[in-house]
Amino acid sequence: MSQHAVNPVKSAGKWLLVVIGMFGFGYALVPLYDVFCDITGINGKPSNQAAAYQAVEIDEARVVKVEFMTRSAGGMASEFKPMVQSIKVHPGQLQEVEFYVKNPTDRDIVAQAVPSISPGPAALYMNKTECFCFEQQTLKAGEEVIMPMRFYVDPQLPQDISVFTLSYTLYDVSAQVVAQN
Amino acid sequence: MSSIVEQDIHADDHHHHAPGGGIKRWLYTTNHKDIGTLYLWFAFIMFLVGGSMAMVIRAELFEPGLQIVEPNFFNQMTTVHGLVMVFGAVMPAFTGLANWMVPMMIGAPDMALPRMNNWSFWILPFAFAILLASLFMEGGGPNFGWTFYAPLSTTYSNDSTALFVFSVHIMGASSIMGAINVIVTIMNMRAPGMTYMKMPLFVWTWFITAFLLIAVMPVLAGAVTMVLTDKFFGTSFFSAAGGGDPVLFQHIFWFFGHPEVYIMILPAFGIISQIVPTFARKPLFGYASMVYATASIALLSFVVWAHHMFTTGMPVAGELFFMIATMLISVPTGVKVFNWVATMWRGAMTFEMPMLFALAFIVLFTIGGFSGLMLAITPVDFQYHDTYFVVAHFHYVLVTGAIFSIFAAAYYWLPKWSGVMFDKKLANWHFWCSLVSVNVLFFPMHFVGLAGMPRRIPDYALQFADFNKWISIGGFAFGLSQLFFLALLIKACRKQGEPAAAKPWEGAEGLEWEIPSPAPYHTFETPPVIK
Ligand code: HEM
Ligand SMILES: [Cu+2]
Repeated sequence: MSQHAVNPVKSAGKWLLVVIGMFGFGYALVPLYDVFCDITGINGKPSNQAAAYQAVEIDEARVVKVEFMTRSAGGMASEFKPMVQSIKVHPGQLQEVEFYVKNPTDRDIVAQAVPSISPGPAALYMNKTECFCFEQQTLKAGEEVIMPMRFYVDPQLPQDISVFTLSYTLYDVSAQVVAQN
Repeated sequence: MSSIVEQDIHADDHHHHAPGGGIKRWLYTTNHKDIGTLYLWFAFIMFLVGGSMAMVIRAELFEPGLQIVEPNFFNQMTTVHGLVMVFGAVMPAFTGLANWMVPMMIGAPDMALPRMNNWSFWILPFAFAILLASLFMEGGGPNFGWTFYAPLSTTYSNDSTALFVFSVHIMGASSIMGAINVIVTIMNMRAPGMTYMKMPLFVWTWFITAFLLIAVMPVLAGAVTMVLTDKFFGTSFFSAAGGGDPVLFQHIFWFFGHPEVYIMILPAFGIISQIVPTFARKPLFGYASMVYATASIALLSFVVWAHHMFTTGMPVAGELFFMIATMLISVPTGVKVFNWVATMWRGAMTFEMPMLFALAFIVLFTIGGFSGLMLAITPVDFQYHDTYFVVAHFHYVLVTGAIFSIFAAAYYWLPKWSGVMFDKKLANWHFWCSLVSVNVLFFPMHFVGLAGMPRRIPDYALQFADFNKWISIGGFAFGLSQLFFLALLIKACRKQGEPAAAKPWEGAEGLEWEIPSPAPYHTFETPPVIK
């Protein structure tokens, strides 16, 4: 190879930096996605922090139907269901609902419930003041539990949403918990 | 330029012919022509390997019911077929063409980084050996589709996933090295007077493709790494149980995936833009608009990825944005088709083999573009998504698009590479058999797709039986037609045929036709003068 005005190895190095940068960008998409979804609520993930119930005005004129769905993730042996299938609330009204869970196995399991709301944009307006999904639940062998969840729907909920579904998936996270201790 | 003087001084150090024979010549070669040849043969072999997997798929789908293979093996065939064709056949074929032609077209003696060039080729066979070997592991190879959606590739996959990830890393490293080489070569090694706006379009399209490659291949590497750590090291990027989100996988994958489909078509646009003017004997209509159209396609390709995700429950605003952005891409694509047709308009056309493939490309690729437009309509995609309609779409753009352009390029430049004219009889058999069978193969897929036949399944409802029989017959015929091409290539490599002139195509223009056929081992050691 003959010599050139520009050292090709040097300019290749420059492009290699771009490559490394784009690899980092791939990873940066993970937090970016979370932040974007937190702001816009478009992936239906409600906040996993307890909301404070400020004495909001109750919009008596409006009724919103909230439906509940539960599912045990694949490989998870548990009975998990909502005590009511759906409930009608006024926006701003604090409401409590209960969920039933049973560990039918003969070993203790640590479970984590992950909520998801459809349609996604409703997630921003679903304020939970108390939820079993905020932390992991230890279920003793054979144990049955009634778990409460308290929420209110923000009166700012867009007018075109009159019904939304809150779905919980229950995961067995015992293995991860053991691994961490 | 100082390079001219120094080249003359050093000229005597060079071997003027290929160094000694045997395997070592190919293992150690840093010559762009040798490496181009290696890439092209590798791509063709992978095309045959991936093609045999397609034959298994079509044999199973010949009739409804399960008869030849297990569903799990069927899924491995669709997965590995896709991976081998995308990363093993189409992409290396284009890299091979770039290696052969880019230096010759810009008047450079070689690629800018010849040793890296050697590496970027020689890691490829290992990548594919690993991928193909994983098929023989206990439980089989990857079966989650070439798109490896989580949680199929994480929770529900087997241990061979580690091999899949590793092989994709190597393929990615190889294409990144290839891309950097193309960029550095084009930026630094153009002959004096070869300004950017004088570069042949094949060089331009590859230049832009190379930027796409270095932008998105690292993102693919990130995605497979996340799959690897989710599966084996307890992270939860894509697992809701640990706070991740499986939909995030699709965003990351398609952020890579959509530019990737343009990586597989932009060089094809370049090839067609070389061939059409040659056989229409008119300069390309709208050269500058071609360059700008290519660049805008490349830029737009970064903002349309979610058209693959219309059914994931995006908000309406998102669906609308991605629908409109996707339709916008068809504007510069339309400009290109228009320019090719305008180039032919009132040209003195002849229909040699490269031109026949180029014409088939223009017509059939456009069909694929139209089905793409249909898929881009969000409400309609809810019905078409994950059906054979999508399969029809991407095979029209990739087989009759990318692969036909590669055939066109091979026929166009083969006389330059081998020094002999190819066997025209075999070429005619290859073209006409391929043309008929490819349409028997892919056109009915539109109908079964519209009627609701899902993709990636080994069995199907009885009402699809007749069409599928035809599709399979077309598939076998298309597979067999490629053997004509194999025979033709072997003849050309053995130098059987009439000797080719330096410029075997009357209307051809460009630096590559100013050197003798076959192209000597070293060319343009003294840069040519560009008028
Ligand atoms: C006019 C331009 C195009 C438009 C509007 C378009 C649109 C689309 C849309 C909306 C989909 C998603 C369909 C679904 O999964 O429901 C799709 C899939 C696909 N397109 Fe295109 N497309 C265009 C051109 C191309 C080109 C040029 C290529 C490649 C050379 C290509 C390759 C693919 C592939 C491989 C898939 C399927 C990916 C998979 O799910 O496995 N498309 N296209
Ligand atoms: Cu796309």
